[in-house]
Amino acid sequence: MADFEPRIVAFVCNWCTYAGADLTGTSRIKYASNVRIVRFPCTGRIDYMLLLKAFDEGADGIIVSGCHPNDCHYTSGNFHARRRWIMFRSLCDFLGIDIRRIKFSWVSAAEGAKWADIVNSTVSSIRELGPYEEYRKIVKRPAKEVTNG
Amino acid sequence: MNIEKRLVRKGSLEKLFNLLKNNGNTIMGPLERNGKTRFASVNSFRDIASGYVQTTQSSKEVAFPRAEKILDYSKNAAGMSVKGIDPAEIPQVVLWGVRPCDAMGIGELSAIFNWDYKDKIYNNRLSRVTVIGFSCEKADEYCFCTSVGGNPGSTEGSDILLTRMGGDGDFLAEIITGKGARIAALSPELFEEAGNPEKDKFLASVPVRFEREMISRKLDKIFESDEWVSQSLKCLGCGACAYVCPTCACFDIQDEAHGRSGSRVRCWDSCGFSMFTLHTSGHNPREVQSQRWRQRIMHKFSYMPDRLSVYGCTGCGRCSRACPADMNILEHLISIQEAEV
Amino acid sequence: MDELRKKAGELLEASAVKVIIGYENGSDGKTRALFAEKPEETARLVFDSRCVMNLATYVTKKEVRNKGRIGLVATLPVMRAVIQLASEHQVDDAGLLVIGITPESKMVEFKDLAEVEAFVHRYQIEIDSKQKEMLDKLEKMTPSERWDFWIRELTPCFKCYACRAACPMCYCHRCTVDFNQPQWVPVPSHELGNIEWHIMRAIHLAGRCVDCDACYNACPLAIPLNLLTKRMLLDAKEHLGGYQPSIKADHLMSTYKPDDKDNFII
Repeated sequence: MADFEPRIVAFVCNWCTYAGADLTGTSRIKYASNVRIVRFPCTGRIDYMLLLKAFDEGADGIIVSGCHPNDCHYTSGNFHARRRWIMFRSLCDFLGIDIRRIKFSWVSAAEGAKWADIVNSTVSSIRELGPYEEYRKIVKRPAKEVTNG
Repeated sequence: MNIEKRLVRKGSLEKLFNLLKNNGNTIMGPLERNGKTRFASVNSFRDIASGYVQTTQSSKEVAFPRAEKILDYSKNAAGMSVKGIDPAEIPQVVLWGVRPCDAMGIGELSAIFNWDYKDKIYNNRLSRVTVIGFSCEKADEYCFCTSVGGNPGSTEGSDILLTRMGGDGDFLAEIITGKGARIAALSPELFEEAGNPEKDKFLASVPVRFEREMISRKLDKIFESDEWVSQSLKCLGCGACAYVCPTCACFDIQDEAHGRSGSRVRCWDSCGFSMFTLHTSGHNPREVQSQRWRQRIMHKFSYMPDRLSVYGCTGCGRCSRACPADMNILEHLISIQEAEV
Repeated sequence: MDELRKKAGELLEASAVKVIIGYENGSDGKTRALFAEKPEETARLVFDSRCVMNLATYVTKKEVRNKGRIGLVATLPVMRAVIQLASEHQVDDAGLLVIGITPESKMVEFKDLAEVEAFVHRYQIEIDSKQKEMLDKLEKMTPSERWDFWIRELTPCFKCYACRAACPMCYCHRCTVDFNQPQWVPVPSHELGNIEWHIMRAIHLAGRCVDCDACYNACPLAIPLNLLTKRMLLDAKEHLGGYQPSIKADHLMSTYKPDDKDNFII
């Protein structure tokens, strides 16, 4: 497992976390390079299907991050998102999807250091969990024929 | 060839099963889960379901899987590369425990897959299948094989047909084809002298309920009838009937792409879905469920006999059993036969 | 039952409704939907414990709606579904009259949907004890064991979408699963396609499911897919204060509280 480099996809909102991650860079804070950031207008726009797609495409871990409560650029997008996360997370857990691999966070535009911490801690915890083989097994690539077995 | 009659002791079935298994065959047999039976790869003789009138799912997946890769492709600097299916990868399969109506369905399905284009993958799969049928000792109110050219002891489509002779008795084995004879030749001692037992008395009785030729003729005249609307009002528009049907052959082609490579997959589809005939323009020639229901019946009892000289229904009754809204095909066919024109 | 037939007949006679949707005897001792348009057809109406199909699924169907105002024979789960549909602006008093059947199998008349709502609110949505046992059993498993359980249970699924068709809440003309630009859910019924479909279905029913088990009853393969929506129901109760279908109240998933649970957010 020593040479396993986790692949992390981060879904972040434009107004807080993306700006926060930008600040991490401009502040010259170094952090793990395992994360691919996908920018959204708001956490309210992050469809749960996108999270599943990330696993389909080989992600080992996922970060979903947006504005702190009451800081949403659109007033309540993050509040709505939070409700969805509560339900989605629990459904995933019920299905046996490893929810330790999905991290949710609030990172403001001023929290460059927090972003670096979250990425680093996520990478190290996913490194410990190893590649997400369980999910990858069902992503038949290329799709094998199904003969009703 | 002439049908050869043999006796297989009830205790010999397991030996036959193990023999076939050890000969490198994948055995697809009925397995039960949650009270429903479906054909899947069987490892042990003891796992095989028994006591069912009919399996919930048909055995068509042996030649027409619900999702089947038909090619792989990839794109690189040198251009495109496409790789088809290697027939050598298709397993030798023994289909075990098939009812005569399902065995008959294989012929009807093959007619569709060999209509104008001869479907290579389908034919390749089928050529590797040996069918061991089991006659029906019992039937239920959904069964109507005798109305569509079958019967509970029909040998059509089977390579070997086994008929249990009374309650817990031994089996009469009818060796119907060369494939069947090859199986019998694997272990001749399991196939004993049978004499000439009267097979019919061990079979379920399934009364004839309608005349299919009459339905065909009637269908020519009732395309615009309100009958379709009243029959299909309770239809929910799912695909359960098509997916359990031994002769429904509609499929959809999907590309499962991942970056620069992917696979093309053939997946089951159903004329019952509203999206099935939806055009890119937004126009849908079968806009309401009654038109889709009509298509299902027309296809099986009018278009197929017209074009392929076979009917598309084996009377297995699965669609009626599986229907969540209790659309009973037998009832509807009888009412078509009786419809005023 | 006579009372129900009489009432249904009167409604058709008076043209208060154009069609009565109720239950009639079907195949093999089952019951099925009856669409009675003439008073004499109401003689075929039956009601007993076999009548479990959620008839509310028909009230959003175009061909049925085209007939005119519907009189719907509705048990408690059906009434709940009707109220949820009303709250989602899918049915209203002009198009629908509910003829209620109480949990004690008594007929009850309603003037309008507001009265139906009041009746529905007298009962809490309770998960049946056997199902609860199954949920608890799954809860006690490790995530890997649960994953194996679901992969095994969902493998037979051939995506006939009977669960979707039978669900009164699944009335979308075009379901997410039917979209192909982008293709959210793989079309083939392989493990991935199946599990993503069932996740999607359950999530879309979060805060809306009325726990009628229509999906499970419709499944030709008896996949226990209703456990997923039941789990969501329990979560809604545990984390978000639960819900009752209500014509005017905010939907559970389209509203929020500033103090919703967020102990899982870093």
